[in-house]
Amino acid sequence: MYGDIHAQFAGVTRVYAGTGGHSPVHALGPIDVNLHKGEFFAVVGPSGCGKSTFLEVLAGLQQPTAGAVTFEGRAVTGEVPDGIGVVFQEDASFPWLTVWDNAAFGLQRKGTAPSEVRRRVDDALAFMGLKDFARAYPSQLSGGMRQRVCIARTLVLQPRLILLDEPFGALDAQTRLLMGDEVLRLWRQTGATVLLITHALDEATMLADRIGAMSARPGRFIEIIETGWPRQRDSTIVAEPTFGEITGRLWERLRGESLKALGHSDMPPPALAAE
Amino acid sequence: MTRAGWIRLLVIAAMIGALELACRLDFIDHRVMIPPSEMATALVAILASGQLNDDIARTLGVIAIAVAMSVVLGFALGLLIHALPRLRGALDPFFATYYAVPVFIFYPVMIAIFGLSVIPIVLMGVATAIVAMIIATLNGLDRIPRVLTKVARVHRMGRFATALQLQLPAAAPYLFTGVKLSVSYAFIAVIAAEFILAPAGLGRAIANAYADFDNRRMYALMLFVLLIATVVNAGLHAWDLRWARRRGARPS
Repeated sequence: MYGDIHAQFAGVTRVYAGTGGHSPVHALGPIDVNLHKGEFFAVVGPSGCGKSTFLEVLAGLQQPTAGAVTFEGRAVTGEVPDGIGVVFQEDASFPWLTVWDNAAFGLQRKGTAPSEVRRRVDDALAFMGLKDFARAYPSQLSGGMRQRVCIARTLVLQPRLILLDEPFGALDAQTRLLMGDEVLRLWRQTGATVLLITHALDEATMLADRIGAMSARPGRFIEIIETGWPRQRDSTIVAEPTFGEITGRLWERLRGESLKALGHSDMPPPALAAE
Repeated sequence: MTRAGWIRLLVIAAMIGALELACRLDFIDHRVMIPPSEMATALVAILASGQLNDDIARTLGVIAIAVAMSVVLGFALGLLIHALPRLRGALDPFFATYYAVPVFIFYPVMIAIFGLSVIPIVLMGVATAIVAMIIATLNGLDRIPRVLTKVARVHRMGRFATALQLQLPAAAPYLFTGVKLSVSYAFIAVIAAEFILAPAGLGRAIANAYADFDNRRMYALMLFVLLIATVVNAGLHAWDLRWARRRGARPS
């Protein structure tokens, strides 16, 4: 069902050094997982379990303490590899630039020809429904639209692996569903591999082909669930019985972990999943 | 103009009108204050005669130098202090209490060291304005969203490009607040220093008129200083407002 391996985690751990007399923090791992070319992979888990660390290690924003991460067969070593685009949870739009200039930022930095910049930015803004707001400033847009600006800024660079770090975390439930549709459309049309980090089980169920359920810190995958959705899908699948079953199963796996993350330690540890 | 703006203008006009009437009807002694209309007439005459052109140019020049030095040095020192957290921890209490100290007490010392020239006046302007710029720079750097650093790394930007293309624009509103405050503080310090002791300048001209009981000249020059300060601040505020509207923020 899945294509070639696009990105790979092999025995990856991430330990933050202790500062100011505090003990080191084992945030992640060991993690062994493969992301396949063109798949939509979501990671869910309790707060502070290392989901974002997982994404940042793959993006090259953090170095693993042990193990190896590869993207398209090449080791990821402390620099964001060409072909990876990242959309963050926080509003990362540039308030001093117009929507158009925001989207063009990366291309202009790379020295792309102005005609090509124009073509790609216009396409991306049209794709994200921002064509009529090209001359607006981010402050004149809603939170959802600002996040779309950030996605457009990533999209123009034509990434082959798109990393989404809780991009809809600050949005209301309805807007999140609609943004989910946009992301699915983007995923289908670009053919890119997508990794979504989210704390919302329903969001992961609706969007992903596979969902990695992560344990409380140090984050490890306790189960990887295949949703079995067709590639052509949208937010209407939330009404299907399977949707509830998958979400319920995820919660069943994560409830104990979430309690642990809250400081309750009376739950039995889950068995670790092997992919 | 907004409704609040019209009300503000009306209040100012009413106060000037009341002052005019109070002077004209001798509620205020003519030896103490002259009517605002006479101040304006005297100012026009002084400006038309050109007799104070050198003083005006000198004072505005000194203010410009003091502001430029405060902004450039204040920004550089702000960057340095921000990069050295221990130094910042040591200096923070000084910054917090700096404006509680009357730095003007050092003016005689500066005159003793540098003589009666523009140097002590420029230094007073810088001493008064620079800390506002340092504080604004630190504030601006503190408020750069951390996510921009990650965005910079995603775009594989070096330190210089990150600073110039992301961090500086992100901190710009706070830096601009520092510039605005530096202009105000430098203005006050330079005029006050000239008033206390200086060979020339607008402040000195006001002090001379005061010593000579020349009310028309003194009030005309005071009006001139007020008008310049108002125009400069209104210009800076308009610029700030324009930026703030773009960013959806309130002007500082």
